[in-house]
Amino acid sequence: MNTVNEFNIGTPLEVTLSPVSRLDLIKYAGASGDFNPIHTIDEEASKAGLPGIIAHGMWTIGNLAKLFTPYYQEVFLKEYSVAFKGMVFLGDVITLQASLESIKNDKYRFNVLAMNQRNEVVVKGDAILESF
Amino acid sequence: MFEEMIGKQSIPVKNRVEHGSVKAFSNAIGDPSPIYTDEEVGKRSRYGKNLAPPTYPRVFDYGVIEDFNLPNVGLIHGKQTFQYNRPLLVGETVMCSTILEDYYERKGQSGLLGFLILKRFGKESDGDIIFTEEQVVIITEAVRKGMTS
Repeated sequence: MNTVNEFNIGTPLEVTLSPVSRLDLIKYAGASGDFNPIHTIDEEASKAGLPGIIAHGMWTIGNLAKLFTPYYQEVFLKEYSVAFKGMVFLGDVITLQASLESIKNDKYRFNVLAMNQRNEVVVKGDAILESF
Repeated sequence: MFEEMIGKQSIPVKNRVEHGSVKAFSNAIGDPSPIYTDEEVGKRSRYGKNLAPPTYPRVFDYGVIEDFNLPNVGLIHGKQTFQYNRPLLVGETVMCSTILEDYYERKGQSGLLGFLILKRFGKESDGDIIFTEEQVVIITEAVRKGMTS
């Protein structure tokens, strides 16, 4: 576990994921119960007019929220609000970032984003961590 | 077509936060932290239990809003918000329900886009809110027309 004293304005938490694989999305479908086939089956994705299967938006933001997990002994995620800006395809390399914007009354406000290997933002939003 | 459904809600459904399900979910989002999965770590934590990841409520059954049917394809998940009063705990029972909060249409490049604002609630059995979720789902004109024909 890490401590919130490590939080710094200007030093983002960041992680880059391995390329998105079909198995990642099959696992998420099974674990979440979201079996919409545009996330797992090529034919269904192309029937829906997509160039290929796309990641569940909730898979991406589930991954994004893990930047905060090491701090959950001291804080909890009070608010998490994101907009989906672009689709995530197989093979995409997604980088997740959370940048501390302000600390006020035991609340840590972060800007969060996910972007692909072309630096296109696919998810953007904010998160508030609150101290216990 | 959705305007008359605004304010309609589901009958709450009882859900349980199960250890095995939380483990599978935390693995699926690449976040297999001991705070979610290791019972010993859970016992030593502030709540004496393991936590569920904040996006875990995707798993719950929220019941159905009567006569409210959405197609399987052609929907765009626009926005997603979670608000928590406290973390969700493994082993607890959560009463889950959903409401169509609002619906409106706006002109977009591909015709008139419909915006569905769906809210979901997770409550303790005595009614205290654990979390609130809000989804903005965008539905294109082509898909809406397909639904009525």
